[in-house]
Amino acid sequence: MSLNNLDQLYRSVIMDHYKKPRNKGALEGSNVTIDMNNPTCGDRIRLTLQVNNGIVEDAKFDGEGCSISMSSASMMTQTVKGKTVEEAQNLAHIFSDMMLGKEYDDSIDLGDVEALSGVSKFPARIKCATLAWKAMEKGVQNESENK
Amino acid sequence: MIKDDIRSYFPILNQEINGHPLVYLDSAATSQKPIQVIEAIKNYYEFENSNVHRGVHTLGNRATDSYEGAREKIRKFINANSTEEIIFTRGTTTALNIVAQSYGRTHVGEGDEIVITYMEHHSNLIPWQQLAKEKGATLKYIDLESDGTLSLEKVRATITDKTKIVSMAYASNVLGTINPIKEITAIAHEHGAVMVVDGAQGVPHFKTDVQDLDCDFLAFSGHKMCGPTGIGVLYGKKALLENMEPVEFGGEMIDFVGLHESTWKELPWKFEGGTPIIAGAIGLGAAIDFLQEIGMDTIEKHEHDLSRYAIDHMQTIKGLSIYGPQDPAKRSGLVTFNLDDVHPHDVATVLDMNGIAVRAGHHCAQPLMKWLQCTATARASFYIYNNEEDIDRLVAGLRTAKEYFADVFE
Repeated sequence: MSLNNLDQLYRSVIMDHYKKPRNKGALEGSNVTIDMNNPTCGDRIRLTLQVNNGIVEDAKFDGEGCSISMSSASMMTQTVKGKTVEEAQNLAHIFSDMMLGKEYDDSIDLGDVEALSGVSKFPARIKCATLAWKAMEKGVQNESENK
Repeated sequence: MIKDDIRSYFPILNQEINGHPLVYLDSAATSQKPIQVIEAIKNYYEFENSNVHRGVHTLGNRATDSYEGAREKIRKFINANSTEEIIFTRGTTTALNIVAQSYGRTHVGEGDEIVITYMEHHSNLIPWQQLAKEKGATLKYIDLESDGTLSLEKVRATITDKTKIVSMAYASNVLGTINPIKEITAIAHEHGAVMVVDGAQGVPHFKTDVQDLDCDFLAFSGHKMCGPTGIGVLYGKKALLENMEPVEFGGEMIDFVGLHESTWKELPWKFEGGTPIIAGAIGLGAAIDFLQEIGMDTIEKHEHDLSRYAIDHMQTIKGLSIYGPQDPAKRSGLVTFNLDDVHPHDVATVLDMNGIAVRAGHHCAQPLMKWLQCTATARASFYIYNNEEDIDRLVAGLRTAKEYFADVFE
């Protein structure tokens, strides 16, 4: 049994976020709402953001999905809170590179998000991990275009 | 049960996945291919490849004979009256879309009804949804019983004189439920509606006799019955097909082409525009030979036995719930399940690490998932090459998954 391989995917930090998601729910008074789903598997997320003066002041998510998609959403909201839109977009790029198994910019502290790096070895699960990040990217982009 | 030596015909099964011998339990998505089918396709390309129905040359005749020979094999296999009723398509989806776009567009009008069920695959749902929207017709759903079966009372209550088309799966790709098509066809006919059968999960698994069922259309895919991908069949009653317009126009399907008017070839070719799926059809013919050598009754019994064995053993896992009829006699060879709070993707990943391939997700049946009140499930589906040992491996894998995630949910 390749339990060791599984441990690369299901790191304890990930399971902790899955069990006790941070920033779960709907953000009251949010000015950005993004719904996104993964049509191949049924995972879905609603991301609500408060973006003011180019800063992601607050973020919450709601949704249903596997441990990877939900923990990734939890970590993402934790990470982008307080960041500028530009920084958040940059983080999304770094995360995308990490998922594709590419070299990624490690000068920026990703915190808990780093635990998801093992997902790149499970190609079928990459879409689970990127769902929340894609929602965030779309959300901040819409908001900055509206300005 | 089918003897284990059948596995030797399937080269793909003889490999390790993530360090374990492969256990393939995703045949409802696509079946594996026996060497006989692979060889038939190879033989076609090595010795017969040529375009059909046009060459004066010998190769062209060989290709045409093999292609039309496959059509005759399919006719016999589903007991159709004539090869004019057998149209080659890309698969079930294309076949159902032809019925919706050709028959549907001319026979369904404003205020008419199209009746389907909650257990339909998206391919037998969206073509009708689109047609209903376009024509101002109503799409009605027959409600399911709590065990995921259909009751004839509810079928009778849903189909009315306004119903023009009734369409449903022969067997559900999620619940495994086998629907009483013959009885429902009779009800549809009483109201003057045509009966369309999505045979994707039925035709590969048990004997299908279109004359006995009396259905008007039957769609199925080659790749779920040991054949290659990219080939499927639309069966239609000749009297209906004759009065239907083609949906694809071009070469192969024409009789006479003028500057402003053209006429079509006779059946079945008027529905086969362009160079047809020659190698695919020949591969499907070889798959049918292979299945018939085993015998469809033997295949049906084999899958029933495996389902019974699987349900019995999976039920011993605490926290595992099985969807659909619990009585194996009412279902085909697949088991859809969920394991406690462990998401089916996570279950499937643990199984994959053990070399076991199952499907996880909504199985292209989102309305049914809503009816089941879950967003996703896992599914193990069986075919001729599976055996009890495969199911033992599945059950062991599920126990591993349960233990692995136990501390998360304690």
